[in-house]
Amino acid sequence: MVSSRVQVSLIAAGLIILGLGLCLYKAVNLGFPLFPGEYRDVWTVESKVSFRPSKADAVEVELKLPTMLAGWSNVDEYFASSGFGFSVIAPSKDNGLDSRLARWTRQTLERPTTLYYKQQMFRANQAKALPDLPVPEVRPPLLENDRQAAMARLVDRLSQQSSDRESFTSQLLQEFLRQSPDQDSLFLLGSYQEDSLVVIMDVLAYKGIPAHQLRGIVLEDGRRRQTLSSLIEIHNGVNWVIFDPQNASVGLPDNFFIWQRGDGAVLNVLGGRDSSLEFALVSNSLPVKTVISMGQRSEQVDLLDFSVYALPVEQQGIFKGLLLIPVAALVVVFMRVLVGIRTSGTFMPVLIALAFIQTTLLVGLIIFLGLVGVGLWIRSYLSRLNLLLVSRVAAVIIVVILLMAVLAVASYRLGLDQALTVTFFPTVIIAWTIERMSILWEEEGGHEVLIQGSGSLVVAVLAYIAMSSQAISHLTFNFPELMLSLLGVILLLGKYTGFRLSELYRFRDMDSPHEPRL
Amino acid sequence: MINLISPLKLRKLGILGMNRRNIGLIGTYNQRCNYSIADNKLATKSAALSRGIPVPELYGTLERQFQVRAVEEQIQALSSFVIKPAQGSGGKGILVITGRDGDQFVKSSGALIGLSEVKRHISNILAGLHSLGGRNDVAMIEALIDFDPGFEGYSFEGVPDIRIIVFRGVPVMAMMRCATKASDGKANLHQGAVGVGIDIGSGQAVAAVQKSALIAEHPDTGIGFGGLEVPFWSQVLNLAAGCASMAGLGYLGADIVLDRLRGPMLLELNARPGLAIQVANQAGLRHRLAQADEIANSTDNQQEKISLARKQFTQCKQPEAQLALDIY
Repeated sequence: MVSSRVQVSLIAAGLIILGLGLCLYKAVNLGFPLFPGEYRDVWTVESKVSFRPSKADAVEVELKLPTMLAGWSNVDEYFASSGFGFSVIAPSKDNGLDSRLARWTRQTLERPTTLYYKQQMFRANQAKALPDLPVPEVRPPLLENDRQAAMARLVDRLSQQSSDRESFTSQLLQEFLRQSPDQDSLFLLGSYQEDSLVVIMDVLAYKGIPAHQLRGIVLEDGRRRQTLSSLIEIHNGVNWVIFDPQNASVGLPDNFFIWQRGDGAVLNVLGGRDSSLEFALVSNSLPVKTVISMGQRSEQVDLLDFSVYALPVEQQGIFKGLLLIPVAALVVVFMRVLVGIRTSGTFMPVLIALAFIQTTLLVGLIIFLGLVGVGLWIRSYLSRLNLLLVSRVAAVIIVVILLMAVLAVASYRLGLDQALTVTFFPTVIIAWTIERMSILWEEEGGHEVLIQGSGSLVVAVLAYIAMSSQAISHLTFNFPELMLSLLGVILLLGKYTGFRLSELYRFRDMDSPHEPRL
Repeated sequence: MINLISPLKLRKLGILGMNRRNIGLIGTYNQRCNYSIADNKLATKSAALSRGIPVPELYGTLERQFQVRAVEEQIQALSSFVIKPAQGSGGKGILVITGRDGDQFVKSSGALIGLSEVKRHISNILAGLHSLGGRNDVAMIEALIDFDPGFEGYSFEGVPDIRIIVFRGVPVMAMMRCATKASDGKANLHQGAVGVGIDIGSGQAVAAVQKSALIAEHPDTGIGFGGLEVPFWSQVLNLAAGCASMAGLGYLGADIVLDRLRGPMLLELNARPGLAIQVANQAGLRHRLAQADEIANSTDNQQEKISLARKQFTQCKQPEAQLALDIY
């Protein structure tokens, strides 16, 4: 029989070579860059069209596809249309379209259905200027008398406060952002079912300012169920100017991806009801070289089908985080087996490090120390109440959640937005940490609590540094096969029988030549 | 600059490291299925009793939370007792009551606690607070050791116990653990208890350390460790070696106490004994383990193993043979 030591060595060597080999193959033959060079944020946007069929009619779904404006460039797109007839209609003079249109059709449909359109794009340059559009003729809105009167008074008032179209628009947007708009604005809002955007468009039309909406997506990494938002574009007499109705600021926000310029529906569903359009977003930092060649390559190389890129966007976002955990696990194994640091809870530091990624290091450390500190103090009172263990830990969990809430509310009031990330800390783990540390305190004294507590924090910080390194996240996400090599290394470390660094300190006096023995 | 020792030197001294202990000894010689006797003090006790190995008397056990309310009846007649979790590790959760003061109980430190405190302690034990893996546990009420007068002064509050490492039935290293003020009456070395290395051959003290610094006297009582000699030494070694076959563990630590009336008694077994014993003896374990391996290969007779061990592992004058280390 082969000894377990030899077995482990063979398996580990195999895994390490396999991982490195696959990685090298991808790097050399497929041109994946091993080192992060110049990066571009590639956004993958997954549009989800959901609807219920109404009766047994034929179903026709039309989705306007985005035109790439403001320096954006398309890398790749993909449609999922199970059982539907599908076509993409290109814009031409004949059909009167100004952008491409995806059309799904089907004769009958029974169940609620979801259709997908996924596209990957990146910002090739920072050009923000949009192409010029012909200025349309402005038609004043048709209104009943009372609305007309209210609108006239509002426009009068705003006109007195402004000098030109731009300042008028800015005043108008601020009017509807204020906590307490005046009587006329409130009345208008009420009569338009509280949709301030429609009021604003009508007021602009009433004033005779050419304007339209810009529909698009606010880009936020990892967001799911994002919906379309709107900007307003007006013509100031010379050129088009964009306003953000959320904060009345001028210009195209950096994180806004324009889906459609101009009014009109983005999604049309015939023969369906309760239709909705939602987006899932994920951003990957990819080297420029990869981005540029990604389009052609994805069809040629089967190996890519097994990479993380082949997954739906939501899962890609999750895997981006998951693939970093092996690195953190390696840090823990390394620190415990080779260095000999004592931590409270073996992999607790990994969870803390994951929370640090969300909160950033300094804020995370402060929050963690604050939570555990106050938790320990309250726990020391609970210990006098003579409770059963499980209810005591449950009580600590609730106390921790209350603390988090207090911290979040207090910091929000003080304008410290960073502390809102407190929710990323794993509540149950923190509660157990507090419980264990408090027991440790009672049994072994504060000294041991300090040792284990700071040991855990040191390991957590190191794991955080490893996980937040761009080079490492580049490698883990683009070369997930390196995980095999990592596994091999961890297996080898599992058979390490040498001394730990801490033991070199612990036994430091063992070789004193003149031992004062008894 | 922190003073470190080179790993080569440690290797030469035959010091056993934590990783090697976990893989080469515990992982190799201790079958997981045999842990149950060592990890559970109740199981240790009943196994010991069935083999005629002396253990401290068991007054009673508590297994359910509702029994905690009625604990008064169990301890009513007892003036001194010890409450401990059956599956506690590292001496955790042990409550020593040495006497009574009216309604209150006197702890070994002299502090007074009420009945509610005792109940809370038991309730915590049952909930698994001190136990390996936090499982629900059983609380044991045991007789307090009335320790041998020969040990008077060597321990500050609390009973000194003798830890003997037994490898394949051969006792390889021993130390006595003496509580100090710093260790709060507990015999835990990393809390500041004194570890006194005991010569396997003679039962005499070899060296004494506190917090890994060599000392000659007990820091609180001032008594010198030089004259320390464990009485009934061959009985103690017999007891320890007997535990090895009882527990079915190739590498274990036996904790033994000396009672004034009943002599050496087994307190508990440890399937993962720590490494501090090397510091207390100022000697490494690996050379001795290699020798013990040879002894165990040469004979199955327990008495023979012990007498060979006493001959070879005495630190008096005999140069230690340099043996191949790589068998672990």
